Amino acid sequence: MSDSPGLATLLRHHGIGRRDFLTFCAGLASALALPPVLAPKLAHALEAARRPSVIWLSFQECTGCTESLTRADQPSLEQIILSMVSLDYHHTLQAASGAAAEAARRQAMADNHGRYLVMADGSIPLGDPGYCTIGGMSSADLLAQTVAGAAAVIAVGSCAAFGGLAAAEPNPTGAVPISRLVTGKPVVNIPGCPPLPLAMTGVIAHFLAFGRLPELDSLGRPRVFYGETIHDRCPRRAFYDQGLFAKSFDDEGARQGWCLFQLGCKGPTTRNACATVKWNGGTSFPIGSGHPCLGCSQPSFWDAGGFYRPLSRPAGLGPGMAAAAVAAGAALGAVAASKRPSERQPVTLDDLETKS
Amino acid sequence: MTMSFANGLAALRPRIDAPVAAFLSSCVRCGLCAEACLFHTETGDPKYAPIMKLEPLRRLWSQEFTVMGRLGRALGLSKPMSDEDFARWEELVYDSCTLCGRCSLACPVGNDLTLMIRKLREGMVAAGHSPEGLRKAAHRALTDISPVGVGAQSARKLIAAQSREVGIPIEIDKHGADWLVLISSMEYIAFPEMLGALARLFKAAGQTWTIASDAYEATNVGVQIGSCDVARAIVARTVDAAHRLGVKGVVTPECGHAYQALRWEGPNLMGQAFDFEVIHLIDLLDRWRAEGRLKTKGKSGLRLTYHDPCQTSRRGGLDPQARRLLNLVAEDFVETSDPGPWNWCCGGGGGVSANPRARDLRFKVFAAKKRQLEAVRPDAVVTTCSNCRNVLEESLEHWGMELPVLSLTELVAEYLDEVPS
Amino acid sequence: MSLLLWAKGPGFALAAVLFLLGTAMRLAEILRLGRGTDLARPRGAAGGQALRTVFSRFLPAPGLFARSPVVHAGGYVFHIGLLVVVIGYGPHLAVLGIGGRGLPAGLIDGVTLLTMAAMTALLAARLRDPVKRLISGPGDYGAWGLVFLPLATGFLLVNRVLLPFEPLLALHLLSVEVMLALLPFTKLVHAFTFVLARGYAGAIAGRKGAHS
Ligand code: SF4
Ligand code: SF4
Ligand code: SF4
Repeated sequence: MSDSPGLATLLRHHGIGRRDFLTFCAGLASALALPPVLAPKLAHALEAARRPSVIWLSFQECTGCTESLTRADQPSLEQIILSMVSLDYHHTLQAASGAAAEAARRQAMADNHGRYLVMADGSIPLGDPGYCTIGGMSSADLLAQTVAGAAAVIAVGSCAAFGGLAAAEPNPTGAVPISRLVTGKPVVNIPGCPPLPLAMTGVIAHFLAFGRLPELDSLGRPRVFYGETIHDRCPRRAFYDQGLFAKSFDDEGARQGWCLFQLGCKGPTTRNACATVKWNGGTSFPIGSGHPCLGCSQPSFWDAGGFYRPLSRPAGLGPGMAAAAVAAGAALGAVAASKRPSERQPVTLDDLETKS
Repeated sequence: MTMSFANGLAALRPRIDAPVAAFLSSCVRCGLCAEACLFHTETGDPKYAPIMKLEPLRRLWSQEFTVMGRLGRALGLSKPMSDEDFARWEELVYDSCTLCGRCSLACPVGNDLTLMIRKLREGMVAAGHSPEGLRKAAHRALTDISPVGVGAQSARKLIAAQSREVGIPIEIDKHGADWLVLISSMEYIAFPEMLGALARLFKAAGQTWTIASDAYEATNVGVQIGSCDVARAIVARTVDAAHRLGVKGVVTPECGHAYQALRWEGPNLMGQAFDFEVIHLIDLLDRWRAEGRLKTKGKSGLRLTYHDPCQTSRRGGLDPQARRLLNLVAEDFVETSDPGPWNWCCGGGGGVSANPRARDLRFKVFAAKKRQLEAVRPDAVVTTCSNCRNVLEESLEHWGMELPVLSLTELVAEYLDEVPS
Repeated sequence: MSLLLWAKGPGFALAAVLFLLGTAMRLAEILRLGRGTDLARPRGAAGGQALRTVFSRFLPAPGLFARSPVVHAGGYVFHIGLLVVVIGYGPHLAVLGIGGRGLPAGLIDGVTLLTMAAMTALLAARLRDPVKRLISGPGDYGAWGLVFLPLATGFLLVNRVLLPFEPLLALHLLSVEVMLALLPFTKLVHAFTFVLARGYAGAIAGRKGAHS
């Protein structure tokens, strides 16, 4: 399927003119933090690109990531980019099922060996391989078999990137991220619950246009989308700097649009592009509509001390523990300082005569 | 022979109480106590920092009365104390501290360093590390009543002579007198006119007084050397005499240490509250003044200044009394810098003047007092402590300064609106 | 677990336990020793003077400011600055569970710098003055560091210097926790015991009608 028609043909098929395409490319270039002069180059490269084969594997996930990618209600840049790939296998979207579906996967792998992309959402249950088996194959085996001939692996969503919900305490399935099980292949993490559609497609576009993956940070995330914190670009940042905080969801501060830090906002520790790219076609994002950032693109965000607990507020100490500490301390101190009998001989006249 | 390192520790341990622990826990090592201490300001030597003088006490407290110290000792992290520590500290604890209390007033966290140095001396003397001069004085105080060797006979003679001089009888061992009055050693040997002045003042005030033949002397070397045993024996003499003579109260002389020893340490040394009043002479004179019993006539035209004795002013709170009395008799009274609670010590308190070894140092640190006096250029300096008076005279002479030193009591007596004798 | 989470969870709990245990221990060490009853008749009021002395010792002793200007000026700026930063900064108020808006961020920044400058001057004085050098040990320099680090990390955190927010927040919390945990075991315990020390000194002098 790699010999399928180039993007130019596809676009025409979708009724999108070249002028619109160039506008998209300019937008994409800026999303990828490329200099504007590169936009025509990008357009050219994309037009010439062949549709790569993509195999989408779903493990312990909620399908939210797929929804995020596909449920935009009007044709978007993301959808166009998505249509550039040949989605040869996708649990949720493919028409085929059962053995036929698995056959399609094997076919695609064989046809595009060494060139296809694996996109995976969901975490892998290592604790008990009985969870999440497909066609009698454990998740781990399915992954191993599929990535063997892949060019690169894209872990979509926080579950695939970091373990996500399934890996949250107490992690009953022993869930681990994709990157833990893939060796020898580049793995890109596109975390988020769900991730921004643009972050997913941007990586694909970059791969298509330049034949390689974008630059990644220490957590395997593309820097272009995860280089800055939400807080860095937050529209409420000025209030943070002035120390103006909403203290509850319906107080004066909340109505004034003040910073949500005290309501648990994880913006300062969360790297994602929500504050600039926004959601629902650029309409808004959680902080924009009055809800603190949950930090969903960070590892272990489910266990990061509570969604509504200020980042800097420690968990605290139970009254029982505190009382025990005070009691133990007081007892220790009192024992140490208790007077012990000490025999003293009085000073005598003789002593006063003694030469020292 | 009971003096030993172990006995030193045994004597020191019971002195460690909650205030001491609070003080030692609170020290922030700011060094301000050193800036208040004349031994540091006048020599510049950092070893005279008051908190340094307390090192043996601090170590004993830390190693035996704190969790961390005990842990540290168990783990061998801290050096155990030794006799050497006491020996090395003898000079710091005795020669270079007059117990003047200035550091205690200066410490920002409120540490009463002076009280702690007084306590540390208990351990030092029991360990056998106290200055020979003080030990000799203590020995004399126990055997002959007077630490400077004024025997009962000499005292009697001095009293009789002064009685004749002023023409007022001074009765010894007079049962039922209002007051039993103590006289300090220095007054017997250097300023016996004090006896005459007292006779005139008591007569003017219409109160009866007596001196005890077996407790005629106020100086408590026990408190200075830091031995509760010696101090108790000296206090006991006065208490017995007061009971035997049935007096209403005991008057301590001008000497500040004598006042602290009897008034404040006395009942605690004896283990029971006194059933008679103990009052400092200046406090009593001021009470009479307030009651209208002291009528004076005329004032001294000299330019007079006042030397606040540490134990009566700073640590006694009697500085307003002294000034009220001074204003009765002085026309031209001028304060030095740092008057009252912040006055600079003469350098001879706390047993230092009885410790010949410390003489040169004492003269050296007198420089602080000297500066104060030079700045106001008085005709004479008045004080209320015969020890200060003696030390001032000696030190002024040492520094080649001509300045008479007067006793406030004698000065007031001089201007009494005389009663017919 | 990230450093930040550790600092907010187990780290904080550990620090809080050590702080409470240690403080109770130090206070018990003092109070357990007790005081004998003073048998001498009082000449003044111990209680009133104890209370007065707790406050009057906040003022410099006459003449000493001039003799030790760095200790005094530095000491005041440092103590007041620390107090302002700790309870005047909005986010601190929120963490402490106190309401209020806090002081303007610029002011807090300035006070923090001033406080650190005062501490630096105090450290220099400690190293240079013969008395302070003689009476100082590792504990004194260590305590300095315990207090300086939270100020420094807090300043970096607010101004986003050197490191990103999260590690800085973690370091700031950790530095505060280390300080809290060690406070009772260092001379920093004077933050509590100074009340006892001044109170006892005041009571002892007050009973005599003397000065304190
Ligand atoms: S709302 Fe969140 S991200 Fe925005 S300024 Fe406040 S803390 Fe930062
Ligand atoms: S009591 Fe006086 S002499 Fe003794 S250490 Fe304190 S300031 Fe110095
Ligand atoms: S003034 Fe007080 S706190 Fe400062 S070093 Fe001396 S005893 Fe310690």
